[in-house]
Amino acid sequence: MDAKASVAMLRAVAEAVIANVDVLTDADLATGDGDHGIGMRRGFEAALVALDAPPATIDAAFRATGMAIMANTGGAAGAVFGTVFTAGAKAFAGQDEITPNSFRHFLADAQAAVSKRGGVVEGQKTMLDALGFAARAAAVEGDLAEAMTAAAKGAQDGVEATKAMIATTGKARSLGERSIGHPDPGAISVAIILGAMRDYTAA
Amino acid sequence: MTKVPKKILNDPRRAVTEMIDGLLAASDGRTRRLPGLDALVKTTLPADRVALLIGGGSGHEPLFHGFVGDNMGDGAACGQVFAAPAPHVIYETAKALDRGRGILFLYGNYAGDTMNFDIAAEMLQDEGIDVRTIRISDDVAAAPPERKHDRRGIAGDLLMIRVAGGAVATLGTLDEVERVVNKAGDWVRSMGVAVSAGSIPETGKLTFELADDEIEVGMGAHGEAGFARQKLASADVVADQMIEKILSDLPFVPGDEVALLINNLGATTMMEMLVVNRRLRQRLDEAGIRVHRTDVGTWLTVQEMAGFSITLMKLDDELKGLLDMPCRSVGFSNMGAA
Repeated sequence: MDAKASVAMLRAVAEAVIANVDVLTDADLATGDGDHGIGMRRGFEAALVALDAPPATIDAAFRATGMAIMANTGGAAGAVFGTVFTAGAKAFAGQDEITPNSFRHFLADAQAAVSKRGGVVEGQKTMLDALGFAARAAAVEGDLAEAMTAAAKGAQDGVEATKAMIATTGKARSLGERSIGHPDPGAISVAIILGAMRDYTAA
Repeated sequence: MTKVPKKILNDPRRAVTEMIDGLLAASDGRTRRLPGLDALVKTTLPADRVALLIGGGSGHEPLFHGFVGDNMGDGAACGQVFAAPAPHVIYETAKALDRGRGILFLYGNYAGDTMNFDIAAEMLQDEGIDVRTIRISDDVAAAPPERKHDRRGIAGDLLMIRVAGGAVATLGTLDEVERVVNKAGDWVRSMGVAVSAGSIPETGKLTFELADDEIEVGMGAHGEAGFARQKLASADVVADQMIEKILSDLPFVPGDEVALLINNLGATTMMEMLVVNRRLRQRLDEAGIRVHRTDVGTWLTVQEMAGFSITLMKLDDELKGLLDMPCRSVGFSNMGAA
């Protein structure tokens, strides 16, 4: 996948997130304050604007996406999902193609950076759980479409896994055991993002 | 059918920006907007002072941005409703406030605020600007005392901003300001009770559900769960329940002097809060605790949420002096000594 296709893929990702604003709002109302959907919409709408003048390289496209999300989403989601793209962009530095390997590096770098920024580890019922499942699932033989399909499936498994977890960080923490049964809205966002990457690449 | 809360707004997606325009107008020239940003700073900033930057999500007006003014915040970075401001908004606000003596970031202890303010602090520190951070964590319902660092910030914010505003006006160094504001933070305790929910303008949805005959003691400022969902009870019963938790947490002991603050979360009547205040004074008198000053009003709201919170801050002579300083902002003004 070259730079031009990467920009098109990132646009498809943004459009998928925006289309799911109500899904994210309702998921967040169950465990948080209900602003996740509208925040993500603000951020990814800004990402679309940032990609209107297509960046020349893959890492520039991911960085521009991340900066737009960071500056416009607000809240924990802005810092975290902005970090996914800005930190993950480094995996593509100096490369003309997204390969299965650089895609796996993107996931691993994003995972490490989010963990550091948020001071969280897997198992705390956050988006990091979906990212962790996705990063491990992506370690398959095959082409980029297969790696992305595996990652998207992993993220979905991560969403399912968060249902059984007790939130120990963020606004959902105060729910304690009452958070069990609800998926984490940030994890759902990760699944939407990776699902859109899979769909674009498979098409 | 779900009831959609009524609000008189224009485009809900522009509500924060338009609210700030109105706030600036209400300050009668004493604050100005940073161009293109949801951020405001004092029009006049005395030279050679430590800067006090406050901020957080909007929707809690007058907190935080309504507390930019004389002997209060020097400037505020504003987020969208219930969402922390972005790093570049905080960074630009800090740059506008910096007078070479360093900057104190003072905000509520939430994951989103911590991440965004930390990113901004790292950007400023890379430029050699001294930034210190104090996160307000006064909500005793949010975590046990040994995990105070996990507690949220609620209406104790107003007392903290006044202490910090007084500190930057009278103390010369960031070290001294940090010391006294940390002391106030160590000594402030709050707890809220929710009667009914508020809603985010852009979603039109209530942030939680409570039955008509239920209240939730200990609920946070965004509808975060408290520790007891229970049947509606009398003012004296609820006040006793809350003040016992607060008193035993620090703990406050006979002979202590305190600031007492009762905050309306949005839709509770002044009558109810004054009835609660009556009971609190009886309980504090019985406990041998002297109230140095009382503030009853509307400072940290959660849109149309009904309920209130109670805050106590233990005081020594230094904190009394700072809290008693005259101050003026759109959200809170004080003539002087209690």
